Amino acid sequence: MSDSREIIINRAVKEIEEGMVVNLGIGMPTMIADKIPAEKNIFLHSENGMLGIGNYPIEGEEDADLINAGKETVTAKPGAAFFDNAESFAMIRGGHVDLTILGGMEVSQTGDLANWMIPGKMVKGMGGAMDIVQGARKVVIIMTHTNKAGEAKIKKQCDLPLTGQGVVNRVITDMAVFDFTNEGMVLREALNGHSIESIKENTDADFTIDPSLSGGQ
Amino acid sequence: MTKVASSFTESIKNIKDGDTIIVGGFGLCGIPENAIVELAKQGTKNLTVVSNNCGVADWGLGLLLQNKQIDKMIASYVGENKVFEEQFLNGELDVELTPQGTLAERIRAGGAGIGGFYTPAGVGTPIAEGKEHKEIDGKTYIFEKAIKGDAALVKAWKGDPYGNLVYRKTSRNFNPLAAAAGTHTIAEVEELVQIGEIDPDHVHTPSIYVQELLLGKNYEKRIERLTVRKA
Repeated sequence: MSDSREIIINRAVKEIEEGMVVNLGIGMPTMIADKIPAEKNIFLHSENGMLGIGNYPIEGEEDADLINAGKETVTAKPGAAFFDNAESFAMIRGGHVDLTILGGMEVSQTGDLANWMIPGKMVKGMGGAMDIVQGARKVVIIMTHTNKAGEAKIKKQCDLPLTGQGVVNRVITDMAVFDFTNEGMVLREALNGHSIESIKENTDADFTIDPSLSGGQ
Repeated sequence: MTKVASSFTESIKNIKDGDTIIVGGFGLCGIPENAIVELAKQGTKNLTVVSNNCGVADWGLGLLLQNKQIDKMIASYVGENKVFEEQFLNGELDVELTPQGTLAERIRAGGAGIGGFYTPAGVGTPIAEGKEHKEIDGKTYIFEKAIKGDAALVKAWKGDPYGNLVYRKTSRNFNPLAAAAGTHTIAEVEELVQIGEIDPDHVHTPSIYVQELLLGKNYEKRIERLTVRKA
């Protein structure tokens, strides 16, 4: 079996379409940036006040005044813009960002997301996640299908404190792709050769199966 | 009516014990380094600090934490700081975590004379508890109050003696918002330029928001996460 991160990232990059404005979360989502085909004209939005993140700088050309939301040194691509944080989140809440891809700890069958806090452990803060899940036109969550103990992270209800209620449009794991629709949670794709049975066993939620899958892919 | 002040020592004396101060910066990017170092030196206590982050253990606002000068912190993300963690867990530090966009807008509203606003961020989460909910055109929002500061500390790239400011790249972040929301705003700049040198079209923070201006020195501009590629 190939590395689960790679499976997730390779699938997640397909969400990014020509001309989109995209906000990538910190951690695994940031790694998607490198996989975006150069010919797609994408503008990456960074919460700290930038539209049009470029590559990482060439060694020695890093600029302390130019960072992304993960505090990494970056560059600006031609056509980029800088702005203050109020404007940055006006873009987000105002529905101007086409897509966000964020990490997750738990997702519920009704599209609730928990990804900012584990009670009893150190609370780092939510950063911009609560604003982004409410404002981006499409919210895609990427995470491993199960936790280190092998327990399902897609559940009937989230146990952890929520980041947003009913905000997730799609979740991509190393096993499957699910959508959250008005008719409930739907299995769209089985990834990495997993059977529908094995996906069911590792998912603690009720869902229907996309008709294109029921023939057994 | 130049606003160029005589020294950081004199300017920072305007901040009193118990004040609420709004501090610009995102991580360590665009932080008012000189003002923070001076505030740490003066030891002003019982501060409420409003800033997106709280620096790292030994730099930025982390210096004020080390000195136990902060009673309350209003921020969106406070990871990367061990001192913070200690003081928070043993109850020495009161923390109000606020979504980043809400924090930015609360400060903006404070500077713009707006009492508060309704936002969807945080609806259905722990941070909505106890807050007024309102349905507008079928969508649920919560009420968030504006933030005003007794003082604000900001950092810009260039400034003129009137207090017009220009920021550089992503070091702008919370600085213009903080400048407007501070009753007494102290701005530090890397370059002090002549009046008229900044094209009015290029002013980011108009002079009206700035009470004191200082030329900063010895900027460290620390990088939190150096990420590079090979040439």
